[in-house]
Amino acid sequence: MSDPITPVLTKRWLSPNSWRLSTYEQLEGYTAVRKALRGTPEQLVSLIKEAGLRGRGGAGFPAGVKWGFMPKDEEKPHYLVINADEGEPGTCKDIPLMMADPHSLIEGCIISAYAMRAHRCFIYVRGEVLHCMRRLSAAVSEAYEAGYLGSDILGSGFDLDITVHAGAGAYICGEETALLDSLEGRRGEPRLKPPFPAASGLYAQPTTVNNVETIATVPFIVNGGVDWFRAMGTEKSPGPKIYSISGHVEHPGQYEAPLGTTLRELLDLAGGMKDGIPLKFWTPGGSSTPLFTAEHLDVPLDFEGAAEAGSMLGTTALMIFNETVSVPWAVMKWTQFYRHESCGKCTPCREGTYWLAQILERMVDGRGTEEDIETLLDVCDNVLGRSFCALGDGAVSPITSGIQYFRSEFLELCRQNATSSAASSGGDAQSALVGAQS
Amino acid sequence: MTEAHEQARSAAREPSVDPATDPSAGEVFDADIHAKAREVIARYPQSRSALLPLLHLVQSVQGYVSREGITFCARHLDLSEAEVSGVVTFYTMYKRRPCGQHLVSVCTNTLCAALGGDAVYRRLCEHLGEEGRPLGHEETAGTPGEQGSITIEHAECLAACDLAPVLQVNYEYFDNQSPDSAVELVDALRNGDKPAPTRGAPLTDFRSAELQLAGFFPDDSEQSRSDVDAPTAAEETVRGARLAQDRGWTAPAMPDDVALPEVEQK
Ligand SMILES: Cc1cc2nc3c(=O)[nH]c(=O)nc-3n(C[C@H](O)[C@H](O)[C@H](O)COP(=O)(O)O)c2cc1C
Ligand code: SF4
Ligand code: FES
Repeated sequence: MSDPITPVLTKRWLSPNSWRLSTYEQLEGYTAVRKALRGTPEQLVSLIKEAGLRGRGGAGFPAGVKWGFMPKDEEKPHYLVINADEGEPGTCKDIPLMMADPHSLIEGCIISAYAMRAHRCFIYVRGEVLHCMRRLSAAVSEAYEAGYLGSDILGSGFDLDITVHAGAGAYICGEETALLDSLEGRRGEPRLKPPFPAASGLYAQPTTVNNVETIATVPFIVNGGVDWFRAMGTEKSPGPKIYSISGHVEHPGQYEAPLGTTLRELLDLAGGMKDGIPLKFWTPGGSSTPLFTAEHLDVPLDFEGAAEAGSMLGTTALMIFNETVSVPWAVMKWTQFYRHESCGKCTPCREGTYWLAQILERMVDGRGTEEDIETLLDVCDNVLGRSFCALGDGAVSPITSGIQYFRSEFLELCRQNATSSAASSGGDAQSALVGAQS
Repeated sequence: MTEAHEQARSAAREPSVDPATDPSAGEVFDADIHAKAREVIARYPQSRSALLPLLHLVQSVQGYVSREGITFCARHLDLSEAEVSGVVTFYTMYKRRPCGQHLVSVCTNTLCAALGGDAVYRRLCEHLGEEGRPLGHEETAGTPGEQGSITIEHAECLAACDLAPVLQVNYEYFDNQSPDSAVELVDALRNGDKPAPTRGAPLTDFRSAELQLAGFFPDDSEQSRSDVDAPTAAEETVRGARLAQDRGWTAPAMPDDVALPEVEQK
């Protein structure tokens, strides 16, 4: 049994100037890369497979398996692209990680690139986080000066260049193929898969896209080994994970715990619900993962547990909402987000998010009808599974789960509208129902 | 230093090529900016990848992406202006109208909104607007280019939800805001003051921030170092780590010298 909190990635964050190379080197930094470069790429792929490291960017795909898809020869240039676009609502782990401990990501990049025979790595950081860009760029320069990057790294004969690249404000660029288009200087629209990036990615060359947290975990696995890593978490979802707790709790923040920890346990660590106001709904992994309620306090938050309970682990972004928050309002807000961020490439998502937002706005504004609830579900049906990329599926998650668990609240809102609009033209409902201290 | 990096350095020193002397794009952007553009381009295996940073560079000069800015990028990358425009309109960080000295972005995504972000945004719009006419999204109080001018926008989740509600000035974080604290902040900005961000380097202005996003940090190494070292130690960020330290909780100890797995050599 591991401790309730298992700081691995977050361990150095308490150290003064944790982002500097000197601090990193004092705290075992750049030891894993020495060990890795003495091994072979095959050994590293095999290590990550056996450790069972799963992608931390949302989908949970086994990292070692993904790496194994990269060609074994070097006929074409290989690319490693780090997804640091962190934009899924609720998600706030990668940016603090890169600010607090950028060298752990860089060391992970060197090891991973070596394992995949890549000599160029791009870190695609969302544009709105200047301080993160600054810290990361400084760390990359430090790493070059110390000989951890560039040619013949630590005398191993392995070469790697890292380029830090700022995005420009588009959630869809977190989707890995849209990210590649964006990195090529285009509009960030998703690509048809197959071909998968390992066959044809950046500049149509073999490419692997991994999340920041995924890659930052790699050096620890190299040093600690498979059994150490698997001592945390569950059989199918091993390892530690940064749970980001936000919203109506006493102590929001980043809590790194073994995968499979429950919200009940995490709430306990976070000091419980703020001012004791009871929990109403929450997301296990960002707004694209179906909502949970107080019924789900004991769901093990690993990839399997969250899925069995009808949601997804996503990015382990736990947004916690108490009883004061209106579900239709929250769902409307998220839907407006998806409408804004839909890239417009495919009709179900482009049109669907537009109509869904409009209906929800009408409801919240006090002009909804009971039929609107069925219309919402109908439109969701036409978006789910019919959209070109996973943004469309994510967009309907809050709506379908919101109605599933809180249909009576939607109904009541519409009935209340029916009576008040008989008297006036409605419109006042919004102030009564908000999410918030407005 | 590898070839790619060598290239990047030397490209910046090359004498100016076509775009620099092109009359349609040559006046707004001086030789230094053209040199920077070439340096950006040299960072990438294919030039078009430089488009996003080049657009940030363009904004660092004019505070928005103008017609000339589009021409500048098109010429440097050998793209059509239509191709560049198509990219500009896709991304929210590229402004189509001149931005104020400071850009204030308020997160109004659900989590922040529920904790007061909507109220912060509304108050700022009212406060910065004329009587009876609050400012709207991407509108500016004052005259762009002049001291104390502020463009306001509502933003999507800024990856700081544990510090909600948050806003940013020139993409530096101001955490745990309230309508009152936000009003105080913009009043200071209007007066030409630059309050310190909760997490981030001392404020400069929108254009300087854009230059950094294009990958150009202060030349002065002392300045650069102190910017990098500017605070980020939000209690929220380290809460889990601190709690573990207080309670003596740790990850399992790592064994010494575990070997990498054996694999058959093919
Ligand atoms: C709309 C959308 C947004 C996404 N945003 C991100 C993101 O910001 N960061 C991220 O790592 N993955 C994001 N993903 C997931 C990526 O497509 C991809 O699965 C991930 O980067 C792979 O890395 P991993 O295997 O290490 O998790 C997003 C997916 C979708 C559909
Ligand atoms: S689902 Fe939405 S975001 Fe994805 S391709 Fe279609 S329109 Fe674009
Ligand atoms: S919702 Fe505001 S920072 Fe995430």
